[in-house]
Amino acid sequence: MSAPETKHAGAPSLRDLRALTQARIALGAHGAGLPTGAALAFGLDHARAREAVWTPLDTGAIREALRAEGLDAVELRANAADRAEYLRRPDRGRILHPDSDAVLDGLGTGFDVALVIADGLSATAVALNAVPTAAALAARVRRAGWSLAPVAVVQQGRVAIGDPIGARLKARCVVVLIGERPGLSASDSLGCYITCAPEPGLPDSRRNCISNIRQDGLAVEAAADQMEALLRAMMAQGTSGVGLRRDSRVSPPAPPLPEA
Amino acid sequence: MAYATTIEGTRFTFPDLRSLLAKATPERSGDQLAGLCAEGPVERLAAQIALADLPLKAFLAEELIPSEKDEVSDLIARRHDPTAFAPVASLTVGAFREWLLAPAADAQALAALAPGLTPEMVAAVSKICRLQDLVAIAAKRPVVTRFRSTIGLPGRLATRNQPNHPTDSSAGILISALDGLLMGSGDAVIGVNPATDSLPDYIRIVELLETLRLRLDVPTQHCCLGHVTVAIEAMARGAPVDLVFQSVAGSQKANAGFGVDLAVLREAAEAARALGRCPEGGQCMYFETGQGSALSADAHWGVDQQTMEARAYAVAREFDPLLVNTVVGFIGPEYLYNGKQIIRAGLEDHFCGKLLGLPMGVDVCYTNHADADGEDMDALLTLLCAAGVNFVITVPGADDVMLNYQSLSHHDAVFARETLGRPPAPEFEAWLRAVRITDAQGRLAGAAGELPPALAEASRLLPGRAA
Repeated sequence: MSAPETKHAGAPSLRDLRALTQARIALGAHGAGLPTGAALAFGLDHARAREAVWTPLDTGAIREALRAEGLDAVELRANAADRAEYLRRPDRGRILHPDSDAVLDGLGTGFDVALVIADGLSATAVALNAVPTAAALAARVRRAGWSLAPVAVVQQGRVAIGDPIGARLKARCVVVLIGERPGLSASDSLGCYITCAPEPGLPDSRRNCISNIRQDGLAVEAAADQMEALLRAMMAQGTSGVGLRRDSRVSPPAPPLPEA
Repeated sequence: MAYATTIEGTRFTFPDLRSLLAKATPERSGDQLAGLCAEGPVERLAAQIALADLPLKAFLAEELIPSEKDEVSDLIARRHDPTAFAPVASLTVGAFREWLLAPAADAQALAALAPGLTPEMVAAVSKICRLQDLVAIAAKRPVVTRFRSTIGLPGRLATRNQPNHPTDSSAGILISALDGLLMGSGDAVIGVNPATDSLPDYIRIVELLETLRLRLDVPTQHCCLGHVTVAIEAMARGAPVDLVFQSVAGSQKANAGFGVDLAVLREAAEAARALGRCPEGGQCMYFETGQGSALSADAHWGVDQQTMEARAYAVAREFDPLLVNTVVGFIGPEYLYNGKQIIRAGLEDHFCGKLLGLPMGVDVCYTNHADADGEDMDALLTLLCAAGVNFVITVPGADDVMLNYQSLSHHDAVFARETLGRPPAPEFEAWLRAVRITDAQGRLAGAAGELPPALAEASRLLPGRAA
């Protein structure tokens, strides 16, 4: 956005090498200040990230979009009253609101795979990426001959909300698609956490994670392939997380992320 | 033992030292999450009044976490020096605050006192200090450490150049490190948080940073912030390790959550020293801490997060570090909710670290789910410079693209140098001038992003520019 700085002919410049990193290098400086364009661009990125955190997830719209993909869904909520409480009380994002327990009771039990879509820390990521990812995964689940529970779309959910949902549905594995904590450069990263034999109170070391699912990150189809490979390994070994032996076709685990 | 105070006929009681400290702590979300905080401002003030009347000696008589179950408590008890404590041994917490503020408590007196203080004592007095007190007292206590640069001299501010990359790409790390050097950042350390924690990557990263350092002849030290056990293996294989890094916390259980104990830290410190890279009398350990880490590991023993943080400094102090910093706003809003809480915590941590004799820096930072922004960081940086912070962390454009949070930008260090008059370490200051990154007045000399002649050589390290 900033006007290019003048440069001496022939002098090497870091600006020529920006493609080597996403980091905001060679921004230019006026005294200690950023160029106006760079300063405002930073402000815009922060505003987008804040919006991703604070915008409520439109669960109804997600449910409709899932239906258009041929997927049944129910709308649930975790036990945090609102966004402010959700941010202060991560524990409440890990348990279901009592009303949602009753909704789950009507769905039956004994599924191979339960699929949960939760807002996490970025409703933007869920709105943009969750339905295509769910559809790509559902196609692989069908092809593998596994049964799939109706998709649980959860407001104010943390990663561990998959545990009570998966346990109540008596699912062999639960897949949680959740908005990752937005960074400045990407507010739309979707995370995927898969847990075998879900039950409330499991440590995070029992989960496998695939992160950075978004347009400019890990593509939806590639992510769904990784999910399928993880599910196959989990179904065969009956466990997940640090104890899971990984097929060589599966990408190495992503670096640990701050909790979504 | 119970503690109590009466305000206008209402009696407030606190069943033990832990609850007295927790309820006297200025408001923060982590203590609320833990269910330890005061119920409101009046109860908080009642606790602060009761705390102010408490003799400092009470912290020697009553352990917050029993020594027999916690090696950090045991360390604190073993290292307490009664002779150094003597000048303040008869004081209450409130009188100790006044003692610290008085002119007689100068750099020499505070340095002599440090071995006599426990983390609990400094945490307690910080709870009844305003921000201004935290700044005024810390500013009187320089802590100087040395490797290739001398860090913490009065009136100076060093920086950690943090060239992280999401996949640890060598080119990505290198160009980001160069970007920081061109803005004058990196005299505390050039330190990379690795995305992976494998031994080959650790060795590749330290070798890369070593090559950069040698090519440019820059008087600083480098660090790959991998796990201490990886560092031990890398050193055994002859990797050029300047600083050994580890995150530490204030209880044995919380440290176990980081995969460390005092024994492994000692092993690492001895191995780093034995490499002979660090000068005689210099330091070669680097620790990071942060309020909330003990609670997040379910290892806080019912102790408030700020006191737990101060206890982490007892661990750091044991290993004579070159650098210690709190990563104050990284942990998220469930521990420090907003800019106000982050700013106070940053100043508390700096104050407590300095009183205990640590070379204290701060990662002035926030995440996008906290109610904070760059203006809060402007305020914290300015306050920390007034308080004499040893170093801060800077990244390109304030955006760490690996850890997904906002730290300070390299530009912010320029602000501190040029507006607040805080030059970097003297060796690094001379180097910046010699390679013409800065002019004779210490101001940035060239057009931004352009490599001065002495650094053009370094660009040959980058892909497609081989010599």
